[in-house]
Amino acid sequence: MSGRLRAGQVEGRTDRDGPLRVGAEVVARRRTGPYAVLTLAAGPVAQRARPGQFVEVAVDAPGTLLRRPLSVARAALTGSGVGTIDLVVGAEGAGSAWLGGVAAHDVIDLIGPLGRPFPLPVRPASCMLVGGGYGAAPMHYLAEVLAAAGHRVDLIVGAATEEQLLRSMEAKRAATSLQFTTDDGSAGARGRVTDVMAAVATRGSTDVVYACGPNAMLAAVSGVAASLGLPVRVSIEERMACGVGVCFTCVVPVRGRDGVVHHRRSCIDGPVLDGARVDWDAMGLASAAGGASGAATAPSGGDVVGDGDTGDLPGAAPGGAA
Amino acid sequence: MSVDLGVRRGRLALDNPIVTASGCFASGQEIDRFIDVDRIGAVVVKSLTRAPREGLPTPRMVETPSGMLNAIGLQNPGVDAWLAEDLPWLADRGATTIASIAGDSVDDFVHVARRLRGSRVDAIEVNLSCPNVEHRGLVFALDPRASAEVIQGVARVADVPVLAKLSADASDVVAVARAVVEAGASGLTLINTVLGMAIDPVSGRIQLANGYGGLSGPAIRPIAVRVVHQVHTALPEVPIVGCGGVRSVEDVVQFLRAGATAVAVGTGTFVDPFAAATLRDGLAAWLERHGHASAAALVGTAVPRRAAP
Repeated sequence: MSGRLRAGQVEGRTDRDGPLRVGAEVVARRRTGPYAVLTLAAGPVAQRARPGQFVEVAVDAPGTLLRRPLSVARAALTGSGVGTIDLVVGAEGAGSAWLGGVAAHDVIDLIGPLGRPFPLPVRPASCMLVGGGYGAAPMHYLAEVLAAAGHRVDLIVGAATEEQLLRSMEAKRAATSLQFTTDDGSAGARGRVTDVMAAVATRGSTDVVYACGPNAMLAAVSGVAASLGLPVRVSIEERMACGVGVCFTCVVPVRGRDGVVHHRRSCIDGPVLDGARVDWDAMGLASAAGGASGAATAPSGGDVVGDGDTGDLPGAAPGGAA
Repeated sequence: MSVDLGVRRGRLALDNPIVTASGCFASGQEIDRFIDVDRIGAVVVKSLTRAPREGLPTPRMVETPSGMLNAIGLQNPGVDAWLAEDLPWLADRGATTIASIAGDSVDDFVHVARRLRGSRVDAIEVNLSCPNVEHRGLVFALDPRASAEVIQGVARVADVPVLAKLSADASDVVAVARAVVEAGASGLTLINTVLGMAIDPVSGRIQLANGYGGLSGPAIRPIAVRVVHQVHTALPEVPIVGCGGVRSVEDVVQFLRAGATAVAVGTGTFVDPFAAATLRDGLAAWLERHGHASAAALVGTAVPRRAAP
C-alpha cells in the first residue's frame, strides 16, 4: 500500500454510486466459536452496502500480498453518511489469523462494497435463507433486511459441529423460524441443511431460496431448490486476487440464456448468482437434482426477485453497487 | 516547480511513464470506478485473440510469498467483440490504448494485428508467452527465431508501433530482444510472469488447475529489473516498458534507472485499484523532492556500485 489510511479517510468517487476505499477503525471485536467478528466504522461503505456484497480488506501479515474478500455480515447506520459494518473472519489462513488479531482502534484499509447484492423480492414473499459455516453471516444480514421489508424469513443455519454454528440475535428476531443443523448432531437436527429444506418449504410456503456457504453446499441447495420447483440465489466463493473485476481468477461457469456456459467473474457478475444456472458439474460438484440437467427445469424466479438477468449477465458491466 | 513526466524514446511517446500491465486491467471500465483511466500513461488491455476464449478451469490463482501464481488461459471476448464494445469506450475516455495480442500460431497473431488496422489503438503489444501449436507447444518467447517470426508478421501489417513482451524464462533474453528488434519491434515489454508451481503439502494436490502458472508480484521484481538493465545495456536506443512487481514509487524509479522508458503496474492493481494513478502522482512528487526535472532524465541512470558517489 502506498500510504497508510487514517481512520475515516475515504478515497474514490464519492460523487457516484460504487465502491470506495476507506480507513475503517475497529470499534468492536468479539469471538464466536472459531470465528472473529469485527465491527468497523466504515463510513459511506456502510451506507452503500447491501446483503450479498463484500469488501476487500488489506492484510499486513508477513509474505502476504493480496487483499482478503469478506462478506458484509451486517451494516448499521449510526448517522447520516456514517455507519458500521460487521465482518466475520474465518479460522484458517494467514490473512484470517492477522485479521482475527486486530485490536480496537486499529485502522483497516478496505475497499467496498463490491459485487452484486442479493436481489430482493419484488412482491411480498416467503423466503428461505440457508447458511453454512461462517457463510451464515450474510444470511443473517439478509434476514434482517428482508424482515424489515415485510417478507417472511425461514432461516436454516448449518455447520459441522455446534461450536462452528454461527448465531445472531438480530437474525433470530427477524426470522419467523430458525432451524439449526449439525453434521454430528451436537446442536439442532443431525445432518445437512439440505435435509430440512423440504419440510421448511412446506411449512413456510417458500417462494424463493437464498444461500451462502461452501460451494459444495450451494450445489446441493441449488439441487434441492430445483427439485422443489423454487428459484434460488447463491452467493458463491471462488479464489479471488483483486475483487474488482480485473484479474479473472474468480470465474464460475454459468449457463447463459443462450444455453452456453460462460466463465463469469464472481467478483463483478456475482458473487450472487442464479444457482439454477451455475454449472456445478463443471466445478466438480454434484447438484442433488442432477446438475445442469436438473437445473434446466428450475424456475429463474424473475417474477419473484425481479432480476431474471442473474446468470445471464453482460460480459463486462461493472455497474453500481446496488 | 513542476516536473515533466512525459517520456519519449524511439516510437514510444507517453504523457507519463506509468502504464498498466496486460491482464491486470481487464478492459479499463472496471478500474474507471476508482480512477480516471486517461490519467495513466497508457492502458495496456488484456490479451486479445482471434476468437473469444473462456479460459482455463479454476483454481486459477494461488498466493505465494510476496506474489501470486495465475493460470487464466487468456480469457477474452475476442478481437472483434473488443473492437466493437470496449475500444470505443477507452478511446472516448481519452485513454492512450495499447492492445495486447496473443495467438497459437504466427497466422493467429497476424490475423489479430490486421483486425486492429485503422482502429483507435495507439500501439500493439505482442504477448509472446503463448505456446506455439505448430512447434510442439514451445512458447514463442523462449526462442529468438519463433519470436522474430511473430514480430515480423505483426510489424508488416500493423499501422502503429509494435512492442514485444518477452519472458525471463528464455535462456538468453538479450538474444530474443535483438531478434525481435531486428524483426521490426519498436520496443520491448520486460518481463512477463515467470513460470512457477505450488503444491499443497498435505494433500499433494497441485494448486492450479493448469498445474503451472505465471508468478507475478514483488517476488519477481529483482528479476525484472535485472532483465531491463541487461537489455537496455545491450540495446540502449530501444524503448523498454519495465514490468514486474511494481508496488511503490521507489520501484518505478528503480525500473527507470535500470533503463525502462515506461513502467507497468500489474499485480499492484489487484492489491490497490488506485495504484496506477497513485504512482503517477507519487512519481511527480518524488522527482520534485529529489530535485529531478523530468522522469525521462532518470532513464538508464543506474551506476555500478564502486562508481556511485
